[in-house]
Parts: sequence; C-alpha cells; structure tokens
Amino acid sequence: MILVVAEHRGGKLNRATWEAIAAAQQLAAGQAVAIAVVGSNVGSIAADVAAAQVQEVVTLDNAALEPYTPDGFTAALQQAIDQLKPAVVILPHTYQTRDFAPKLAARLDRALVTDVTAIKATGGSAIFVRPMFQGKLSADVSPQGPAPHIVTVQIGSFRADAAAKGASPAPVRALAVTIDSAAIRQKPEPPFQEARQAVDLSQAERIVSVGRGIKEADKLPVAQGLAAALHAELAASRPICDAGWLPMERQVGSSGQTVAPKLYLALGISGAIQHLVGMKGSQTIVAINKDPDAPIFEVADYGIVGDLFEIVPAMIEALKA
Amino acid sequence: MKIAVCIKQVQSRDSQPRLDDAKTWVRDQDAAFEMNEPDAYALEEALRLKEKHGGEVVVCSAGPARVAQVLREALARGADRALHVQSDTIASADAFVVAAALGGAMKSENFDLILTGLQSDDQGFGQTGVVLAERLGLPHATIIMDVQVSPGPPGGVLRVKRELEAGWFQWVGMPLPAVLTIQSGINQLRYATLKGIMAAKKKEIRVAAPEAVAASKQRIVALYAPEKSKKTQLIAGSPAEAAKELVRKLREEARVI
Repeated sequence: MILVVAEHRGGKLNRATWEAIAAAQQLAAGQAVAIAVVGSNVGSIAADVAAAQVQEVVTLDNAALEPYTPDGFTAALQQAIDQLKPAVVILPHTYQTRDFAPKLAARLDRALVTDVTAIKATGGSAIFVRPMFQGKLSADVSPQGPAPHIVTVQIGSFRADAAAKGASPAPVRALAVTIDSAAIRQKPEPPFQEARQAVDLSQAERIVSVGRGIKEADKLPVAQGLAAALHAELAASRPICDAGWLPMERQVGSSGQTVAPKLYLALGISGAIQHLVGMKGSQTIVAINKDPDAPIFEVADYGIVGDLFEIVPAMIEALKA
Repeated sequence: MKIAVCIKQVQSRDSQPRLDDAKTWVRDQDAAFEMNEPDAYALEEALRLKEKHGGEVVVCSAGPARVAQVLREALARGADRALHVQSDTIASADAFVVAAALGGAMKSENFDLILTGLQSDDQGFGQTGVVLAERLGLPHATIIMDVQVSPGPPGGVLRVKRELEAGWFQWVGMPLPAVLTIQSGINQLRYATLKGIMAAKKKEIRVAAPEAVAASKQRIVALYAPEKSKKTQLIAGSPAEAAKELVRKLREEARVI
C-alpha cells in the first residue's frame, strides 16, 4: 500500500496534496493507495481528499496536532505507519514536510528521498528522479533498506488534475493515535506576513527578473531600463533579495511569489529548482545567461548565451525601433 | 553558550560539475570547492550569537582531507576551533551517513545549540540537520530567519522565526539544547580579515575517524544532465544581432510584447 500524507493549513487543503496523490497513483500501478490526514478536527479535509480514487482515507485526529509541530506529526505518523505498514509514504515537498519528514525517517530508520520530480519504474524497484547540484544535474535514486521508503515530490512536478477521482467518495476511517502533548517541545505562535505585499507580481503581464549574474546592486539600472522599455515589473531570484538589493516582496520562487506572466525574462538567473517552481508556468520564458549549462535554459522558450550587460542595452535599443 | 555549526564543503556553484567514469558521481579532480552557502549563513549567525551571549563556536564537518580548507576558512572568520570527521567515502554519502558521522563525534561535546544550513548546494537533501537532531534526541526547527536566546531553565530558551511559504513566517519557541537549520539571507556574511586568517593558523582542528558508520539509505543509479522540458530556441550572433532577433521573435512569434 502507498500512503499519501495530505497537507492543510487553516482548514484548507494544500493543492500540492493532489500532486502527491497523482504521484502515488502513478507509482501504485494497481496497488492500493490510502491518504492520511493529520491534525485536529480534520473531517472536512478528509472529505475533500476522499474524492480521490483511493482505498481509504484515514484521519489522525488529536487536539495536540493543531497547530503543526514536528514532534507531534512525527509521533502521529509513526503510529499510523506501524498500523498501516505502507510500502511507500509520499508527501508534497513543502516547507512543512521539510520540517518533519527527515525526523520521521530518522525515527523509523528508513530511507527518505526528497525533492522528487519524476518516478521512472513502477512496482518493487522504483527509481526516483531528483535534481542535484542546484539543478545542473539530475540523479536517478534507488532508496535502500526495508520499507517503508519515504518520498517527497517537488511542487509542480506531478499534475494535480491527473489525480484519478473515484466514482463515489472513499471511506474515511479514524485511526487511534495517542499524543503526549507534554512531549511536544516546539511551541509555535500564529503565522504572520512580514509586510503587506505592495507588489502583486502574480498579476503582472510581463516580468524582468534578475539573478546573481547582475553581480552588484549598482548594475540594477540595466535591468530596470529593460523593464521600463517592456512595461514590465522588476523581480529577482532569492540571492538578490537576500543581499537587500531588491525588497523581499519582489522575490520569485518557493519562498517568494509564484508568477505566470505572458513574458518572463530571466537575466543572469541560473535556475535553481526553488526559483523554477515559482515561474515555470509562465507563457513565454526568455533566459539570458553567460553559462550555456545553466538550468534556466531547460525551461526557456528563447535563450541567448552571452553577457547580459551587452545584450540588455542592445535589446532596449531594438525595442525603440 | 557552546554553539556548533555543521558545515559542508561543496563544489563551487560557479562551476559545472563533471561526471565520473561510472556516471554516478562527479569528478573531484580539477573541481573548485567552497563552503556550502546556507552553512556560511549558519556560521555567521553562530558568530553573532557568541558576540551577544559569549561562549564558543565550534565548526564541524565530515568529509575527506580537503574539507580542512573550509574549516580553516570558518576559523579565519571567527570560529574558535574545529572538528573534522575524516573519511574519503563521506564526500558522496547520504544525509543519514553524514549525520551519524557528525553525531558520533559531536555527542560528547554537549553543545547548547547546533546550527547548520537548510540544505547543501550539491546533493540538496535538506535532511542532515534534522536527522542529527533526532539522533541526538534534541528538538529542532528548520528554515530559520531569526534566532533569539534568552535565559531560562534549565539551559535557556530559544525563540526562532521560521520561514513558511509565500512570504509567511512563524515564531516558534523551544528549550535548549536544540538544532536549527538556517535559511540563506538570515544575516549579512562577514569575510575573513587578514588578522583572522593569521589567527586561524593557531586554532585547533581536531581530526576524528567516524565512530558510527550508518548504512546508506539511498544509492545514485545514474547522474546526468537534466532532460529539457522545453525546446529552447537559442539565438546566436553578436549581442546587437541576438538582441534584435529576440525582440523580433517576442513581437512576431510569441506576441508577448
């Protein structure tokens, strides 16, 4: 059996759960799939995911599991895995998963393959594809040791709409879990947003985005000039915002905004997976980078290998024509 | 406060990794190495905590002899001493093997706080810090953007700012000792001064053999250049020609400008 762990926050299912269900159904090839929903009062979340074509949905419902903590979730899922004995456990590769899945794997002493973008074989000898070296290489990885193997799937790698729905809702069963709330060492406070997002990049039709290739803050006007000429918003990859050259609200990627403009023009962005997940849904992607091996070219429709400080002024000139 | 920072030496992010003959790992020869970037932020955070609260910063790394280079660099930036768990096979090992090697050598030090980067620039598991916490029986939090330490029973209280997705954050409290994985950009990095580099030469790097060898949890069957998800039209020519052609294509083919 393959067990999917659903993710939700504030009473809402995270859509990435459907991507994990799609991955599980692909891997299952006839084997049963079940979905676990962990938290407190998770009935409506369980009802949502029961629409999937799966054997059953199990709820791990306990007041001590809200809000999320890695100690609580590890204890709950350890008990669920003991009872259900899945061959593979699949989770979406979210920040929350990244927080507890390695702990769960270490607790069980079982393999954890993170950031999976594709599954190559089905059945007993599955091979999981994951990026390495900042996306410059891909690896086919075989998890070692006894089941269950734990796998996290990268956001956007499996299609949520490919998840098969059942003719009628799957049965929902409550699984008994005991959680000692005194043993939960993390005391979380409510989530908050740092500042009102003044810039909503998700509504932009055109985006000019800069990465490490811009080299220094003083060179930003080069990109600003192109953005002005294209009537585009200026955005950046994480390192530029980390350095304080542009505000965090202009960051595109897993920790920033997810965008899908008509035109996304990437200047000096290498294309680490954390950036790609935030922009690969763009209609037309242009990459300008001096490194022909930069992973950004894997998702680009048009590319120029060269020096952005020569190409961008020439583009601004050409746009005047 | 006694703070450990686990750092990894990785191939330089500016270089294109080259495959070995078996095509299951990369060639070490001719490669340039550097301190894993998120670990550099973890080191900086440790140095700042020491400046504020006093104590000691110990940098720990598992890997072959060449790893001494990043340990020496960390000492030059201000770490007090270093622990090198030396093993040739650990360079390509998975997170469980690395965490076992580090944990075995670090356990007797009884650190108050252990910091490391949220993931490495090479294999990018994003697991080592959390697995280490579980092995040492310590609480943890990941993807941290701020660290506050205040006195309290028994060893002090930690309050950390966790980054969530899409611009959201959350403060989380927990007792010390604890393990944190640090997000890039938590602070501004310092670089080694000449004085620091001179001082580092006199600092101790303790070399230990891995006492616990954990079984590998994953095997790389093949390593290769990623398959393209799109057919990219590469535009050649001089910068002026290429720029002009790109603008034409964006206007006439893609019709996005």
